[in-house]
Amino acid sequence: MTTTARPVSPPGTSAATPAGRRGAAWWLPASVVVLVATVLVTVTVGPADLSVADVWRSIATHVGLGGALGLEPLDTLPDGMVWELRLPRVLTAAAVGAGLAVCGVVMQSLTRNPLADPYLLGLSSGASLGAVLVLVAGLTVLLPVAAFGGAVAALAAALGLAGAIGTITPTRTVLAGLAVSQLAAAATSFVIFWSATGDSYREILSWLMGSVAGATWTSVAITGVAVLVLGTLLASTGSILDAFTFGDTAAAALGVPVARVRWLLLVGVALLTGALVSQSGSIGFVGLILPHAVRLLTGARHRLLLPLSALCGASFLVWADTLARTVFAPREVPVGIVTAAIGAPVFALLLWRGRRIA
Amino acid sequence: MTTETRADAPARSTTGTAGDGLDAARVSWSAAGRLILDGVDVAAPPGAVTGLLGPNGSGKSTLLRVLAGVQAPTDDGAAGSARAGARVDFAGADLLSLPRRRRARTLAFVEQEASTDLPVTVLDAVLLGRIPHRSLLAGDSADDRAAARGTLDVVGAAHLADREVTTLSGGERQRVHMARALAQEPALILLDEPTNHLDIAAQLDALRVLRSLAGRGVTVLAALHDLQLAAQHCDHVVLLSDGRVVAAGDVRDVLVPDVLDPVYGVRTEVLTHPRTGRPVLTFSPR
Repeated sequence: MTTTARPVSPPGTSAATPAGRRGAAWWLPASVVVLVATVLVTVTVGPADLSVADVWRSIATHVGLGGALGLEPLDTLPDGMVWELRLPRVLTAAAVGAGLAVCGVVMQSLTRNPLADPYLLGLSSGASLGAVLVLVAGLTVLLPVAAFGGAVAALAAALGLAGAIGTITPTRTVLAGLAVSQLAAAATSFVIFWSATGDSYREILSWLMGSVAGATWTSVAITGVAVLVLGTLLASTGSILDAFTFGDTAAAALGVPVARVRWLLLVGVALLTGALVSQSGSIGFVGLILPHAVRLLTGARHRLLLPLSALCGASFLVWADTLARTVFAPREVPVGIVTAAIGAPVFALLLWRGRRIA
Repeated sequence: MTTETRADAPARSTTGTAGDGLDAARVSWSAAGRLILDGVDVAAPPGAVTGLLGPNGSGKSTLLRVLAGVQAPTDDGAAGSARAGARVDFAGADLLSLPRRRRARTLAFVEQEASTDLPVTVLDAVLLGRIPHRSLLAGDSADDRAAARGTLDVVGAAHLADREVTTLSGGERQRVHMARALAQEPALILLDEPTNHLDIAAQLDALRVLRSLAGRGVTVLAALHDLQLAAQHCDHVVLLSDGRVVAAGDVRDVLVPDVLDPVYGVRTEVLTHPRTGRPVLTFSPR
């Protein structure tokens, strides 16, 4: 009865802020502000000769503020560049970045593997195979459907393989994903080697590297709805993922139905990733790096880590895409090259700093 | 803070009767055709520390995992028995059929060497024990944090609250795991080798915590491989060998040469501790 002898929670101490918890309340609002600012600023950046005022005027007009603010609509051409090209692209990048970061957190926690990313179950290779098949066949309009189909097929194969071995443990998940991934990659290489010619090479390469260059309002709708629905569901699993901190047994002892949770979350991650990949190709490193970087800032508690990773991932990918379309203007590079160019050194740095990752 | 407010704690008892405490029967488990547990019956009275003993591979860990509900028992044991199903009763409730979250509020399990690479603080690790007590969508409340700090206090680790788990020594980490288990406010706590890899002072600390828990009426069942420690600190022991219970009962009745020698393949001599009067064991090769 040692604890009855003294007051356990004198006012003020129970809400004390230990290291890692410090300032936690400010991270989310701050990252929302950063994301909004990111969108407003990056949409004004680009090789076309448009003033900041013109860009915002175009957007204000389209969202129905034109009348209230007494704004003149822009000419059709510049207006189209802002409303039909830049804004959908920026918003798609934000949705894809947010979704990939959330999926990365969930995958790393579920598999207890710091190298896990959203593509772990062979999703990117499956999507690539589907995409490349329709690209070499010249059926570019079917690309999103084929990519999504490829991702889901890869998921089914990986989960089927992992499940066929026995209970879906973290290690089996990783190994099954690897097997499916390698097989799909080999098939993709074969298709490219066998039948790609001329222009389709460039198209395929751009898609394989990941890009949001072709984003339309349809892309915004698909990625946005996927992130809002699936991403929000995944982001609300903080306590469940926390329970996995010390492994499957500890989670089970805390009352978590481990096997069912792992299935559901893996399927959720796969569907969301599939939807994102269908619009952007497989953009690497966002889902791998962002969770680690955010963990460095805020610690490993998922209730903060999940939404914060989403917001930071969104801002990160928007800036990466802005670099991708401006640094070598008028030429563009796939955003996947930019995220890899930033992500690989950052990952090396995190690794070098040690204990946080491995 | 956590334990004394519990209303459903079993009455303190030093003898223990079959009616309350842990009472499991016909627990079997097999993997790949190999029978690891063969119809084990085990009882642990409330308010006492029961030691689960046995050589390596005798099934101690498996038994604890089945009792904790993290591994389902298999039905192929208790050969020939008409009703072979396992039963795990605690304080009148069937633990195996209890909903998971309710079970996690009754029973806590401290597994062997649970570790993490994640940068979690000790307080956050202990707060995990509050998960069964709140909605899965809710964050931890001020009450949860107070409860977590209370259990850190109980295990003598309050000063570690803000440290990261990965930076702790083995003994410190074991205390944190115990605090995490206590944060579940269990009436039954199962521990798998809680003294493993600890120096002697840390071992005594861990057992002191278990004794004080038992003193509050909690039922404690701990797998131990150190017979000497068990002799000094347990009230009752259950001795497993090859997945079967060889003997169970009071320490003085079970930890005797006739029982231990065939199981461990050694020659045991039992002395009496000059101060405590408890048995002291020495071993020599047979």
